[in-house]
Amino acid sequence: MTLLEALGITKRFDGICALNRVDLKVSAGELVGLIGPNGAGKTTLFNCLYGLVRPDEGRVLFKGEDITLLPVFKRARRGFGRTFQRVELFGGMTVVEHLLVAARAHARRGGVLQDLLLRGRPTATEQSEAEKVLALLGLTADADRPIEALSLGRARLVELARAIMNQPALLFLDEPFSGLDRTETAEVSEALLVAQREHGTTIMLVEHDITAVQAITQRLFVLDYGTLIAEGPTASVLKDPRVREAYLGVQA
Amino acid sequence: MNSADGTPAALLEVRDLTASYGPFKAVFGVSFSVPGGRATALLGPNGAGKTTVARAISGLISPERGHIWFNGTDIAGQRAYRIARLGIAHATEGRSVFASLTVEENLSLAFRRNAKRAALAAKLASAYDLFPRLGERRSQLAGTLSGGEQRMLSLARVLVDPPKLLVVDELSLGLAPVIVSEVYEKLALIKTQGTTLLIIEQYVEQALKIADDAVVMNRGEVVYAGPPTTADELASHFLIGS
Amino acid sequence: MNHLVEYLIRGIPIGCVFALVAVGIVLTYKTSGVLNLAFGAQAYVSAATFYVLRDPARTNWPMVPALIVSVLLLAPALGWLLDRVLYRHLRTAPPVAKLVTSLGLLVAIPELVKLDFLLGATQKPRPPGIATESIVLTLGNIRLDGNQVVTIVAAAVSVGGLTLLFRATNLGLQMRAVVESPRMTELAGVNADAVGTFSWMLSSFFAGLAGVLLAPLFGQLNSLDYLTLLVAALAAAAFGRLVSIPVAVAGGLGLGFAQNLAAGYLNDLLPEVLATSIRQALPFLALFLVLLLLPGIRRTKESTDPLAGVDPPPPAPVAAVRSRGLTIATRVTGAVAVGGGTLVTATLLDPFWLRIVTQGVILAVILLSVLVVTGLAGQISLCQASFAAIGALITAHLASRMGMSVLLAIAIGAAATAIVGALVALPALRIGGIHLALATLAFAVMFETVIMPIDSVNGGSRQLRVPRPLLFGIDFASDKAFFVLTVACLCLAAGAVLLLKYGTTGRFLDAVRGSEIAAASIGISPGKAKIVAFAISAAIAGFGGGLLASFEKQMGSTTYQGNFSFVVGLVWVVLVITLGSRTVQGAVNAGLSFMLFPQLLEKGLHLSGSVAQTIAFALFGLGAMTYAKHPEGIIDAQTRRAVNAIMRRLRRTRVGTPDSDPEGKSPTVVAPTSVSAADLWGSP
Repeated sequence: MTLLEALGITKRFDGICALNRVDLKVSAGELVGLIGPNGAGKTTLFNCLYGLVRPDEGRVLFKGEDITLLPVFKRARRGFGRTFQRVELFGGMTVVEHLLVAARAHARRGGVLQDLLLRGRPTATEQSEAEKVLALLGLTADADRPIEALSLGRARLVELARAIMNQPALLFLDEPFSGLDRTETAEVSEALLVAQREHGTTIMLVEHDITAVQAITQRLFVLDYGTLIAEGPTASVLKDPRVREAYLGVQA
Repeated sequence: MNSADGTPAALLEVRDLTASYGPFKAVFGVSFSVPGGRATALLGPNGAGKTTVARAISGLISPERGHIWFNGTDIAGQRAYRIARLGIAHATEGRSVFASLTVEENLSLAFRRNAKRAALAAKLASAYDLFPRLGERRSQLAGTLSGGEQRMLSLARVLVDPPKLLVVDELSLGLAPVIVSEVYEKLALIKTQGTTLLIIEQYVEQALKIADDAVVMNRGEVVYAGPPTTADELASHFLIGS
Repeated sequence: MNHLVEYLIRGIPIGCVFALVAVGIVLTYKTSGVLNLAFGAQAYVSAATFYVLRDPARTNWPMVPALIVSVLLLAPALGWLLDRVLYRHLRTAPPVAKLVTSLGLLVAIPELVKLDFLLGATQKPRPPGIATESIVLTLGNIRLDGNQVVTIVAAAVSVGGLTLLFRATNLGLQMRAVVESPRMTELAGVNADAVGTFSWMLSSFFAGLAGVLLAPLFGQLNSLDYLTLLVAALAAAAFGRLVSIPVAVAGGLGLGFAQNLAAGYLNDLLPEVLATSIRQALPFLALFLVLLLLPGIRRTKESTDPLAGVDPPPPAPVAAVRSRGLTIATRVTGAVAVGGGTLVTATLLDPFWLRIVTQGVILAVILLSVLVVTGLAGQISLCQASFAAIGALITAHLASRMGMSVLLAIAIGAAATAIVGALVALPALRIGGIHLALATLAFAVMFETVIMPIDSVNGGSRQLRVPRPLLFGIDFASDKAFFVLTVACLCLAAGAVLLLKYGTTGRFLDAVRGSEIAAASIGISPGKAKIVAFAISAAIAGFGGGLLASFEKQMGSTTYQGNFSFVVGLVWVVLVITLGSRTVQGAVNAGLSFMLFPQLLEKGLHLSGSVAQTIAFALFGLGAMTYAKHPEGIIDAQTRRAVNAIMRRLRRTRVGTPDSDPEGKSPTVVAPTSVSAADLWGSP
């Protein structure tokens, strides 16, 4: 089943064409990667799909619904999740509080009136849900630490946990391994595979670290100069001579 | 490797350096030296304190204790602009560009201090020669560049106008492999022109292609200093083994 | 058609005035990253000096030396001082911290100058112009006097000069670079501190020049007029997204034309009163609309220093870990203090001080609104006094004209103010931070200069009468009874605010404050969250305003001037933020100190009322300088320090070892704020 579909996405910045009629399809349950050389338009495409950038032309469909003009928070309510290249956490909150606020946002309950009626505190269900996700990602020991005291690797796991609390159908990961050393990269990769397995989450990631991409993705899209130059199963795409030339700089 | 045993003093000599961010101690009593005209690789896992050492050298942070001798002067704790004027250039990690200035203004800011107008044009041209992508986007605001292009811009600022000592932090992070190779070629070239290099890398293989010496750090301390061949083994031990 | 040309030409002088001030604002913002609300105050300093020096009754200096001293020497010296003492240390601080600092200066500087006037001379000097008043230019039937010509020339010259500086010189480039990242600029071999100091001296010189040139516009030399002019000119600056000098000039001229066109055509179409208010409201409406509609304002979000992680982390607002016993002990102490204070005030104080304390308690209710909008939502609102005034006006109209029960009227007033608050916060859907603060400032000034003077709003020359409430047969007419009622209202409002803070609303706002984009990624609408915060905040302020009207037994122009003027509102905000905008305690302390401190000064030091008031306001303003260091407020900072000390001692007596907490859970952990840099500090 096609989960996400992009049709003819075009985006120009100051007259320069960053994306040129890009089409792509992502099926439910896949773990796909988006790669390409610097300035190929990866981040722009990613943000067009996610909703941070509005494409000049083209449409984005999610489960068949046109969501091109939908703002990020509405997409999140339809099942989009995201982690960020420069980690975006809520300063001053502990790890478990990140998960609890996500749970509350997902439940879409509560508000001023509920707060005034003493119903604002996290519920037992939310607590146990958060504990489950913490355990899944190996964050239980960090639950009550402020996020400011975490290493970058742990911080990325917290972002992932927060996204998972929302039970996303589709998870966007922006360079999930950048700045991590090998142990941490392995940790995050493992967590992604667990999330995909346990929740059936579809995952799309942008990444530079080819080794990590190779290890976990099933399918790849390759962008160069704003055009999709290859797509298909990871192993065969990485062997494609055009990809090797454009991305890896190796003459075929 | 220092003047005490008769050999010529190193260009850069870090002695007993201790630095911290507020209450967080980042490096503890680090000592190593970078001989002139050579390339030294500073290696180690995340959080080892490499970036802190680089920042102390270029004056971005003031060390708590210790000395940094450059060309016979102790520069520890001096203001960054004075150190820059002494001939140390520091390409900081990540997308260190002025987002609100254009590509050309970013480059001019770096070049103009030692160049007249005519020389400036030549230097801009050679920057665009090195990274044609930047030439295409010269009048674009640097903040609108992609991550990789911003990285190119921050490297172009230091590669075109080679200083006495060049400190490059996390050189290959965020760059496509094809560009990384080009940057290393350029580094090799300016090394032959007399620039001393201190290269910080997390990915050891690349750095060792150019390095003459290696220093390995872990958890804020130097754990190895010496020739790069053995560092390879040492580094892989520290990177994977822990 | 002829009329059109005439209106346009008539618009040039006032357009140039707007342009000159707008250019000054853009200059400061571009070169220091500070949206300098104290620009008007700096202008006022030079203008005041110039006219004191020129004043025949005093020194009676000739024009040129007076100009040199006030504009060429004093103004840059003030810039140098501000940079040395304050802004140099704030160069890498967040924009909101810089805004709060300039807000404090905006309050403090004119008070300090005024203090000199009050102590020195009895008369404020009347401002003559630089040029003689004789008409020097005649275009058809339009006459420009010397001062207008000088203003036009000065605007043209400064635009040209500054454009040249930024476009073509190395120094201009360095000035722009230093704003974004002083550290990265230093890596290029540039002395960032020197460049930064020069920037401040230049922009301060500019403020001084504008101050002297524009003084003849005003009937009397008054810092408030400069502030109003500043806010009007902000519209022009906002057109240029606060960074483009040419666009700011075009915006200033455009405003001038629009005002004259409005004056010309509307006078024929509408009753004069309405036409005049529309003309006056124009710049503020324009500012509001620019913030609401101009594409790209959102993109001008404050650019961040890529090397920000280099700085030692600011004291983190991580709550100190308290033991259960200590929490209970502090709560009991708090309850006893509130109860005891109430009892003492109600029984022992004389009527004068009872009134003062009552006003303090009511103000504390109003200031709880700052806790919501600033403490929880992280936004700076500069129109809380206007919200309070709206609540008071609605209460007064309902109670006096319709004979409604005053408590019901207060409730309706609060609800209606909430709607106004939501409307004012509409730009929050697109923007936040300093831009949203600007929108609230535009609203505050517009409310004061345009809406409030309308007779049907303020009740005309006779004040609206507001009764004291009657509830369950208890009459709160006496000051004592009313005081007890206000304490009850404060407890009620504080309770509600705390429920919100620890409920869904507060946690969503915490998330939005932490990272808007991450909050959106889990389905929270940042715009809605901020608008809700403004609405709640406005409701609280409106509620407090209604209470105050009932306490004063009246509402109208006079009551407004005494209690709700927007400058007073700025002092409130500054005071709460300084003392602590995250806690109920901060709001209560701010409310009580605002009312009590000037009185204590007056009675204690035997000063005249206005001098005491001036000293108090100056001190309140200077207090804001601590904000950058203690964004959580000085009370909170002191509390945390005390709690940490107590907890250390408790642990030591219990465990016997001072540092037996290797897990890093000890309350003394001061954590870095930037996670991207956290990895450098070693993985724990």
